[in-house]
Amino acid sequence: MSYIEIRDLKKTFEVHGRELEVLKGVDLDVEKGTIFGIIGFSGAGKSTLARCINRLENPDSGSVVVGDVDILQLNKRELLEQRKKIGMVFQNFNLFDSRTVYRNIAYPLEISGVSKSEIHDRVLETAEMVGLSDKLDAYPGGLSGGQKQRVGIARALVNKPDILISDEATSALDPQTTIQILDLLKEINEKSGITILMITHELEAIRYCCSQMAVLENGKFIEKGSVQSIFSNPTSRTGALFAKVLQEFQNISFSEGEGI
Amino acid sequence: MSLLDSSLWEVIKASFNPEIWKELIVPVGETLYMTVISSIIVLIFGMILGVVLTLTSPDGLLPKRVSYTTVGWLINVLRSLPQMVMIILMIPVARLIFGKSYGINACIIAIAASCIPMYARIVESALLEIDKGKIEAAKSIGSSNAQVFFKVIIPETLPAIIRGFTVAVIGVISMTALAGMFGAGGIGDIAVRFGYQRFQHDRLFACVYILVVLVQITQGIGNFISNRMLKTRNLI
Ligand SMILES: Nc1ncnc2c1ncn2[C@@H]1O[C@H](COP(=O)(O)OP(=O)(O)OP(=O)(O)O)[C@@H](O)[C@H]1O
Ligand SMILES: [Mg+2]
Repeated sequence: MSYIEIRDLKKTFEVHGRELEVLKGVDLDVEKGTIFGIIGFSGAGKSTLARCINRLENPDSGSVVVGDVDILQLNKRELLEQRKKIGMVFQNFNLFDSRTVYRNIAYPLEISGVSKSEIHDRVLETAEMVGLSDKLDAYPGGLSGGQKQRVGIARALVNKPDILISDEATSALDPQTTIQILDLLKEINEKSGITILMITHELEAIRYCCSQMAVLENGKFIEKGSVQSIFSNPTSRTGALFAKVLQEFQNISFSEGEGI
Repeated sequence: MSLLDSSLWEVIKASFNPEIWKELIVPVGETLYMTVISSIIVLIFGMILGVVLTLTSPDGLLPKRVSYTTVGWLINVLRSLPQMVMIILMIPVARLIFGKSYGINACIIAIAASCIPMYARIVESALLEIDKGKIEAAKSIGSSNAQVFFKVIIPETLPAIIRGFTVAVIGVISMTALAGMFGAGGIGDIAVRFGYQRFQHDRLFACVYILVVLVQITQGIGNFISNRMLKTRNLI
């Protein structure tokens, strides 16, 4: 049984009085505890899809079920509680510059009214997990990109969510840092069994982390399946479209020689 | 001493005469009092209007067309009034609140009314400066709108809000020059009455020094606080 179940999801934006159909009926099944890769060109609708899962964006129609929760049926209060169970990591980190690393990681607990002493324990534990124990008093402004993303991951995980949505989490990082962050995500997945939805335009990142993947193009999944089958047999089922995707990503992603 | 019959250098020398400065002690106190009280009022109401404007804007946290348009319109109207007109308009308001249309309190009302719309716009642009990604992150964590506002937007934009407040306080200081209209005294009043009307330019100069120093100190404090914040945050 799948843990995340998306059915016929549609979302249209109105831009300058014209309708822009971004999601045109998306179906997705993600199994619990896996790292599921979603790849697609810029503008394909990846971020919009991610934002529909925690309803930062309200889809027009369709359904999103996580575990046994029908996300689109939640009222305002329930939605806020549900979001605490869905961590999100961003390409630009989106850390709070006014807060130290400690207080960034503490934020999700703070808004849930967790006691100071418990916050302390959880922050330390989470910081340790992402390898930031020595940076707790630093401000994000003084951190490297990789360290910033570790803070972002810690902030997303401190509430012990069931799902982590990573929206291009490594796209702003250099190849070496990318691998470290991907290793971290894999390690967290193995240890805690959290389900990770890895959205990226870096094919290599998916090959490195995921067993299942899907290709989003133009608001629809044009290909779904095991990473292995899609990589080993790219032309059989995906045809011209996927070949185009593959070619595109080989141009922009880090080279094979770098060991991932 | 006047520039009409003395050289600039003589007037400058005369402007440091202790007699003149002794007479300025009380007016300085009045100016400081008006500045402080007016600034506090400007801070409170400017913040409220600026916040309402930002929150209720079409892509704000609580979009509400009516209040966005109304507040925006009100601010624009107030900002388009010349200061003199504002003072005249505030006379009945002051009478309504204090029972009299002159004196230091009436003057404070006029000063505040002139500077509130300016500070409201400054607050608005400071709040809009925030990276939308931070708001998105806060929401994705499950923050309520109030939490997004008080725990993220305000702390993140505080340096800009403080810098803007400095500008507003300086606006207030320059407005206190109009206090004479209300018989409210202050440095500006001395400068206008003795310096402008009676050609006592040594007094005028002394008043100018004080105003310059007041503005410099204000700007210095504002810069110091906001820069220290930015430094702590490792942003400069
Ligand atoms: N709030 C919005 N209002 C209007 N149009 C939007 C909005 N959000 C996204 N879009 C449009 O929807 C399309 C898909 O955007 P989305 O951010 O989902 O793409 P993406 O696949 O994440 O791309 P990228 O790889 O560049 O992040 C784009 O054309 C974008 O301009
Ligand atoms: Mg995106």
